[in-house]
Amino acid sequence: MARLLSHIERGQGNGGPIRIPSPDAGSPAFTIGITGAPGAGKSTLLGSLLAHVAQQDVRAAAVAIDPSSPISGGALLGDRVRMQSVSTDPRIFVRSMASRGRAGGVSDMTRAAVRCLHACGWPQVFIETVGSGQVDVDVSTIADVVVVVLNPGAGDEVQVFKAGLMEIADVFVINKADHLGAHVLRSDLNGLIASLPAGQVRPDVLETVATSGQGIGELWESVSENLRQAEQSGELARRRSRRSARELVEVAQAMLKRQIDAATHTAMFADIQSGVVSGDLSVWEAASRLLRAIPMEH
Amino acid sequence: MADTNTRILIAKTGLDGHWRGASLVSKALRDAGFEVILLGMAKPDEIAQAVVDEDVELLGLSIGGHIDVVERIVESVRQRRPDISIFVGGVVPPWAARKLEAKGVEVYPPGSQLPDIVAAARRLTGLV
Repeated sequence: MARLLSHIERGQGNGGPIRIPSPDAGSPAFTIGITGAPGAGKSTLLGSLLAHVAQQDVRAAAVAIDPSSPISGGALLGDRVRMQSVSTDPRIFVRSMASRGRAGGVSDMTRAAVRCLHACGWPQVFIETVGSGQVDVDVSTIADVVVVVLNPGAGDEVQVFKAGLMEIADVFVINKADHLGAHVLRSDLNGLIASLPAGQVRPDVLETVATSGQGIGELWESVSENLRQAEQSGELARRRSRRSARELVEVAQAMLKRQIDAATHTAMFADIQSGVVSGDLSVWEAASRLLRAIPMEH
Repeated sequence: MADTNTRILIAKTGLDGHWRGASLVSKALRDAGFEVILLGMAKPDEIAQAVVDEDVELLGLSIGGHIDVVERIVESVRQRRPDISIFVGGVVPPWAARKLEAKGVEVYPPGSQLPDIVAAARRLTGLV
């Protein structure tokens, strides 16, 4: 399966579709997103969480995404180091992935990897990611439940507000809760939560000390409860449907972009473009003409 | 930016707790376009598991002590991934270097130049 994941990483980049069998209907599969600023303790937290669920005989996989360098294209993937002791448990699978230029950190490649893991017998898949800002809002495009990890004293409550995280977070975790300022962050978060529109489900606020395992059991309970309630209320199905629609649009846009990029080398393109340069065509008319002229191959 | 990037695993073994080399090598490889998975101080079974699950093409070990541990790692990794290339860096006495080289492992003692190590990584992963 590790080889299949590598194939997916290579194949998706070239637009080649890969047939991944759907998990058996009736065996539930969930995706849990974990995001937060660098240094918040996401990997350590995830390592503790994986150890906790493994003890309950749950099979879980983690995909840890780190940003690729925009200059060299390379990456330092340093999340696995905090999960390495649990990685040898046969119930746990850990994979590191570089973002490869996708700004949000989550890509069509990630989605394919998650489907592959679900299909290969890992019903719980955790995605750990940090976006180009402080946190990764894109994680909501892949996760059934979103966990946002914050630290006391880091000005995180302002970031939460600015980054629009209140709309996507299902669980807030104050990690390093043994540090000064934890209670201030908690009350600031509760204040933000209280101002949410009535009827919107309130996110949980938990405290953990990932390095000692404190609060990990409660975190797993909160995540499980969120999934249970979302399933029962139909919210899970609604989210998945929205995500599926969004994914369809993204994949279609990517296919169209490739066809347009390919067309730029043709005489037809040069022809249309010269019409814009000479003033015969507005760029809008030219673009319409270009789109009509592109042979649609799918 | 390449759509297909070569993945390398770098791990530390033995008694080493302070060698900057692994950190410098990892960054140089990143700057050369590789995706480097960092393991820090890791046990032999953790390294072997990582090599399999991360499906890397090259394993780099930073050595700071017991050569027999290194040999164990090489054996257990090769059992699960016979095709993988391995190189090591750090304090390796000449007799140990000979033993490792005889097993097809490339050895880079202190004083090895970063460009040489990066070039070796390219060659060992078939990029050259």
